[in-house]
Amino acid sequence: MASAAGSLAIDLDAKRGVRLREGAVVASLFTCALISILTSAGIVIVLFWEAAGFFKSVSLWEFLFGTRWTPLLEPRSYGVLPLVCGTLLVVAGACVIAIPTGLACAIYMSQYASDRTRRIVKPVLEVLAGIPTVVYGYFALTYVTPLLQQVYPDTLVYNAASAGIVVGIMILPMIASFCDDALRAVPESLRLGALALGATRFEVTVQVLIPAALSGIIASFVLAISRCIGETMAVAVAAGGTPNLTLNPAESIQTMTGYIVQVSMGDTPHGTLGYYTIFAVGALLFLMTLGTNLIADRVLHRFRETYE
Amino acid sequence: MVTVKVTETTSAAAVTQPSPSASPPILAAQDLTIRYGEKPAVVSVNVAIPENRITAIIGPSGCGKSTLLRAFNRMNDYIPEARIDGGVTYRGRDLYAENVDPVEVRRRIGMVFQKPNPFPKSIAKNISWGPAINGFRGDERLLVEEALKKAVLWDEVKDRLNESANALSGGQQQRLCIARALAMEPDVILMDEPCSALDPVSTARIEDLMYELKHLYTIVIVTHNMQQAARVSDFTAFLDAGRLVEFGETEQVFTTPKDKRTEDYVAGRFG
Ligand SMILES: Nc1ncnc2c1ncn2[C@@H]1O[C@H](COP(=O)(O)OP(=O)(O)OP(=O)(O)O)[C@@H](O)[C@H]1O
Ligand SMILES: [Mg+2]
Repeated sequence: MASAAGSLAIDLDAKRGVRLREGAVVASLFTCALISILTSAGIVIVLFWEAAGFFKSVSLWEFLFGTRWTPLLEPRSYGVLPLVCGTLLVVAGACVIAIPTGLACAIYMSQYASDRTRRIVKPVLEVLAGIPTVVYGYFALTYVTPLLQQVYPDTLVYNAASAGIVVGIMILPMIASFCDDALRAVPESLRLGALALGATRFEVTVQVLIPAALSGIIASFVLAISRCIGETMAVAVAAGGTPNLTLNPAESIQTMTGYIVQVSMGDTPHGTLGYYTIFAVGALLFLMTLGTNLIADRVLHRFRETYE
Repeated sequence: MVTVKVTETTSAAAVTQPSPSASPPILAAQDLTIRYGEKPAVVSVNVAIPENRITAIIGPSGCGKSTLLRAFNRMNDYIPEARIDGGVTYRGRDLYAENVDPVEVRRRIGMVFQKPNPFPKSIAKNISWGPAINGFRGDERLLVEEALKKAVLWDEVKDRLNESANALSGGQQQRLCIARALAMEPDVILMDEPCSALDPVSTARIEDLMYELKHLYTIVIVTHNMQQAARVSDFTAFLDAGRLVEFGETEQVFTTPKDKRTEDYVAGRFG
């Protein structure tokens, strides 16, 4: 018996060749991951390093709570609030347009549209999401603004409203697509269970599916907001270049991104305080989008825990 | 709470196959054929479900049991490729007539699914949601308590009615789903393999429950479990390849089946 077992000994030893190949694969994948992480980290470090240079001359307090932003003109003033306000005005406009429409679109696609309609609508939305954003900017300037001026003649050529509207149109496909996915991720058995209790399709959607998919839906809103905050070209073209602490959407404003574009493309000499402002604004922008993305991540995480 | 508006008209006359019981049929399929695309899943089925009895539908996997069951409360409406010919009557009314609202049908003919599917809401809300959307105006607490007591779940959950239903065990969730269906005060409850995801203890509790409920409701249950069909049901329908092979009192179907195929199936020789 013992000798038979010995002759049948199973070879479980690791093979050298296999081990080396696996090792090489893991090492090269790790290098790629490391490069991308290091690059991002490098960018963030430079951003904050240069911003720190700016804060040697201007106090953080003045930057965050000052109400005038004129870093390139005398008398110079470094209060970022007008830019933040401009950004938030555009974000608010975009949300008013995109959140209800996007959600309605997702409800239609996931619950009412036939498979054929869906097969057409979904790619169209994805194409819409791929249009270069500068195109949206000119669309705002040449089409939306004249329209707004007809309705409300005091609207300026560059204004927050048209920028908000086109940014809203821009993020609509993203919201619709994410919410559609979130609604579809709710198990079919829940939907059937609700329908079997004599609920109409609308009742099922609003009272069972949306609550069940709520974290996914909210996460899509937050991600969209983060994208609005970071959006550059459309607002740089459409909103104007006047830092303006106002809530009036018909007025010309400047967003944080719009300001960064203006300075980086303009003739502000490197090394001046005016030049360093873009790093300070950039750092704040980074913190804002990072914050919203973290929120979205937390919310989505909760969603996954419930259904996966 | 939901009053039955449909009137009892020609129920008995509409049924081609005589009911093997004294009680009148509440649901009846006439020459019912259901296809998915071209492939028929249910073929020319005539069956009359007696009121206040438990009727079991048995048969090998894929023979069309679930398809037939879903035809009784129009849940096949949600399978786009399903096509239905022939008719189903409920107390004499054609369920597939033009002017019938499937939502009204499902208020009276409830369903319990194979896998427990409680809503991600509190235990109490799971029960009260159905009646609430259907215009319930009474005391919600009482409604919840009654339904949970009927489903023999009350003692286990009475202290945590506001906790999430997802925290319950599988067997408790399934009894919650039964309670949820009962809260609608339906006329008929359709159950599609309600115990297949449960352990023997939970299964036994649900069987006891069905036994207690049959005086109040008509129950149609699809099951793969021969012992279960034999234990709980009064009548048994045996389907094979979409056709109704045999329908009769459970005792007769299991002890003296008329058809050779039934005999083989209940003896466990195929399927
Ligand atoms: N949505 C569908 N689309 C196409 N064919 C289907 C669909 N649902 C069921 N079928 C087919 O119809 C036939 C009957 O299915 P059904 O689910 O009614 O069987 P069943 O008796 O309930 O089986 P099981 O015991 O496995 O649950 C099967 O051949 C199945 O493949
Ligand atoms: Mg089935």
